[in-house]
Amino acid sequence: MTTDGQAAKGPRDAANWAANRERLEVNSDAREYGYNVDGMRVAGPQQGFGRLWQRTFWVDLGPAVTPQALIADWRAHFGDFWPRMGRFHGAVSGIAPGDVAALEVGLPTGTGPALATGVLVLYADDTSFSFMTPEGHMFAAMITFSGESVTTGTRAQIRMLIRTSDPLFELGWPFIKRGEADFWKGTLANLAASHGVAGATVEEETECLDPARLWKNWRNIRHNSGIRSAWHIVTSR
Amino acid sequence: MTATMTVTRLAPGVLAIAIAGDLTAASEQELMAAHEHATDDGAQLVVLDFTGLEYMNSGGIGMLVTLLVRSQRRQQRLVAVGLSDHYRQIFELTRLDEAIGLHTDTAAALASLP
Repeated sequence: MTTDGQAAKGPRDAANWAANRERLEVNSDAREYGYNVDGMRVAGPQQGFGRLWQRTFWVDLGPAVTPQALIADWRAHFGDFWPRMGRFHGAVSGIAPGDVAALEVGLPTGTGPALATGVLVLYADDTSFSFMTPEGHMFAAMITFSGESVTTGTRAQIRMLIRTSDPLFELGWPFIKRGEADFWKGTLANLAASHGVAGATVEEETECLDPARLWKNWRNIRHNSGIRSAWHIVTSR
Repeated sequence: MTATMTVTRLAPGVLAIAIAGDLTAASEQELMAAHEHATDDGAQLVVLDFTGLEYMNSGGIGMLVTLLVRSQRRQQRLVAVGLSDHYRQIFELTRLDEAIGLHTDTAAALASLP
């Protein structure tokens, strides 16, 4: 039996991938935030609804840190670099293949009600790690965080393939797009500052890879984490 | 090391892309060029042959998602053959197997054609 992050034999990448599973279960230390994740399946871009976008955010950190040291730090303290609008409830030991973390995204002030969802750590190695989103997340997505070697030193990069999950989130895309950009730019600025690069310029590139909406997946709205989070907040009072 | 791509015509409208070596984001130009070659040759079915695949990271699986979208926009079918158990499980985990048909070998893929 192959277990997460462990494979005595087999391909070189065997230890880097999450083990196959049908349904997700949030890490035991984040169960109270995982009510929109437990029992869900992962949903990649082909299971989403909206247009397909490739978004890339990056910041150059210079020669002070290697890609390996950057990713080791990022994996160990992933949620610490998030802006106040997000809270990441991952394993204390850091990002590892197969982890299922809960997360909350709310207002930029970090106060008030928050949308609860999560991610599966699909892959991790010494220069990158990747997440897949669960059903009901605002995006059906694959997101890769990497440390790249460039001529000036090391570049921290976030690249994602995303579709909004359902028609409701697609309607909100113009606002979600801006909020998401602010979120990841804030994350990279915090990451850069922690490596001694204050006031770093975070670059962004957004490309539409498929303008078609996948109407066959419109029923994804039944898993919408915004609706489910609002219901959870109301019924748990 | 990066992947090498070899395009072979199997039948009218059916082309195979054999992917060998390490499939990472660094292979993007080669993979997309191979797909262009297959498209220019009139492919309606593209068989991705992973028999020689030795390593794949998440950048590699991301490229396959991009390739899938390109194929769908061109009304091409995409199937995969020669996957080891390890890589077959990754296709299942990422639910790529719902859009890319998996077959043991090229003969089985061709036999599945309507």
